[in-house]
Amino acid sequence: MIPDSATDETPREVVVNRPRVDRFYRVGARMAGGTALVLMALIGLFLLLRALPAIREAGFSFLTTFEWNPDATTPKFGIAAVMFGTILIAVIALTIAVPVAIATALFINEYAPRRLQRVLIAIVDLLAAIPSLIYGLWGRAYLQEKFIGVARFLSENLGFIPFFKVPNHRYDSSNFIAGVVVSLMVLPIATSVMREVFSQTPPGEKEGALALGATRWGMIRSVVLPFGRGGIIGGSMLGLGRALGETIAVALIISPKFEITKNVLSEGGNSVASLIALRFGEAKSLGLSALMAAGLTLFIITLIVNMLASIIVSRSRSGKGVEV
Amino acid sequence: MTRVLEPPATPQPPARPPPAAALAPAPEPVRIRPRTFHGSDYGVLFGCALSALSLMWVAYYRVLPLTGPVGYVLLSYVVFITTYYSVVRQMHGRVLAFDRFMTVVIATGALALFVPLLLIITYVFTKGVKALTFAFFTETLEFVGPLDPLSKGGAAHAIVGTLEQVAVAVVISVPLGIATAVFLNEIGGRLARPVRFIVDAMSGVPSIVAGLFIFALWVGRDGGLGRGFSGFAAGLALSILMLPSVTRTSEEVLRLVPDGLREASLALGGSEFRTTTNVVLPTARGGLITGAVLGTARAVGETAPLIMTSFGSSFMHLNVFSGDQASLPLFSYRLINSPEAAQQARAWTGALVLIVIVLVLFTIARIAGGERRERRSRGARKPSAAAVRRQAAREAAREAARRRVEQDRAEADSARGTVDDEAKRDDPPRDPEQPES
Repeated sequence: MIPDSATDETPREVVVNRPRVDRFYRVGARMAGGTALVLMALIGLFLLLRALPAIREAGFSFLTTFEWNPDATTPKFGIAAVMFGTILIAVIALTIAVPVAIATALFINEYAPRRLQRVLIAIVDLLAAIPSLIYGLWGRAYLQEKFIGVARFLSENLGFIPFFKVPNHRYDSSNFIAGVVVSLMVLPIATSVMREVFSQTPPGEKEGALALGATRWGMIRSVVLPFGRGGIIGGSMLGLGRALGETIAVALIISPKFEITKNVLSEGGNSVASLIALRFGEAKSLGLSALMAAGLTLFIITLIVNMLASIIVSRSRSGKGVEV
Repeated sequence: MTRVLEPPATPQPPARPPPAAALAPAPEPVRIRPRTFHGSDYGVLFGCALSALSLMWVAYYRVLPLTGPVGYVLLSYVVFITTYYSVVRQMHGRVLAFDRFMTVVIATGALALFVPLLLIITYVFTKGVKALTFAFFTETLEFVGPLDPLSKGGAAHAIVGTLEQVAVAVVISVPLGIATAVFLNEIGGRLARPVRFIVDAMSGVPSIVAGLFIFALWVGRDGGLGRGFSGFAAGLALSILMLPSVTRTSEEVLRLVPDGLREASLALGGSEFRTTTNVVLPTARGGLITGAVLGTARAVGETAPLIMTSFGSSFMHLNVFSGDQASLPLFSYRLINSPEAAQQARAWTGALVLIVIVLVLFTIARIAGGERRERRSRGARKPSAAAVRRQAAREAAREAARRRVEQDRAEADSARGTVDDEAKRDDPPRDPEQPES
């Protein structure tokens, strides 16, 4: 005889009887996990609260004004120039860093012998751990004079390209040199992500390309790089996020100038993060509020960039197993 | 199946005793290593490099009105790769030439990453050694003015400040990070995906934004708690920056703990809590330490958030919960902008100490992570030859004893044996295939 319950479609109700310790444990662990959520919400909230006076004061002109005088009698301040500088420095940094990161990731994965691989990976991690203060100090004291020669060459010989022209022949403390130093900081992050992604390439496809007679570079170009496309983009975007938020190295190198200029190589530059660092000491109440508004903008932008990066990496074919 | 037809055997000449030379042992098989890059190729590579460097030296330093070593290096590199490509193309053809060309380009890219590291470390060392005296670690800048020579003053206050602030950050973020990792890995559920996403997003928060947040929340007076600058506030900001990295590394390590261990613990009647604290966390101990140390290395070097949370000072300030406190990154950052050479030298020494601390932490992290691997393989180590011999001797002794016992039993049986034998003879032999009726 088949009992009635066998023809019932509803599943049996499962009752989980946890020991009392476990109830507290699970609640506690959930609270720890929720702390991260609460923290991010708090960061956004508090920055917004402190930024409100400045936003109310400036209105939409916050996004269009070039200069920064929030504590003057008639406050006039905006992040147009500093935002431009931030993006410019990030673009320069990425232009240098992305090809080098791809080359390094390929070298570690495809070209280096096994023992050298471990050493190189350790060196990349070490580069990521070096404080940005050190990069800034070294960039200002050592790298700057080396790159002034490059800047002068570009300006004098390729000056017909509007980017490279330097009207007043001052080549130091420019956005360009800041971009070069920031690229050094972006490199380890981008290289790590790309290396992990490239190492997920299915060996069968690589060996197939080699068996069909491809040279090593041909195999890389036809198998590894298309496979790792998501990782390249994701790694670059992570690097972009880091470059946008870089404070101390930029603050040590640039001499602040509030203008949107296409003269990348000339003296003077700026970025949102370095503005906050440099102006914090002498800011009064409205000035602080304006700095908070700038910080809020930076926070939102880096958040968006980082989220896009992790979505791109995890959705790509190569990034399934990669932790971004 | 088709069979391959063998050709008819040709008549063999009558066998003759082989000459003595053929009795020599067969030669050892030679290992063939398929190489495409031979000695001559190394010659081509270095020849092109040398010629490019020499040619460019003449052109750059003597003929063209250019200056600076960077230009020289760049131009000789361009000449080098064009020469190399042309030579290899003439020798081996287009395909191989392009492949070697790309190999050189990629190797250069990798060098471009590693050479700066060497330059940075050597530069900071050479610049920082000047003021690296015992006094640097014991004196403060309390009585030192900007014009004072290098022999006066030190950075003891900064070092103490950094240690205290980083300690605060570690105490807050390491337990929280491990707890979050436990949540993500052991408990999971619907909340895990957004939390993981947010932790990843938090790793990209700029350090200065974390500093601004703590200033708004803790330090500042309007809207915040108004506690003023303190080392504790700096520790809070640093813990925000450490948390994502500790969480991520811990989660990865917890994931590596085999599920069998957890299931065994649960099967033995342990609660999930006991499983986690007694089985999972101790197993992952090495990796958790590595994650914590790596996070600490990151926190030690952060400068930007310190500007608005601990503010820095020239005095030794031991109370981490209130009052401006110095720290090593701020010490260097503030002093480097001074026009006095002595102050700048102090800044460089501060940077040197900072790099050494980061390097030491990094090495500790690697060793702690590596030790984990060592310990696991030690259990599976093969026994030594002497141990094997001892074991064999023991087994032989046991065998001998067993045989002796059997022999004694057989003798005793045979003494009793005639009765049993007769009984066995009467019973018909049992055929295992026939069923017993």
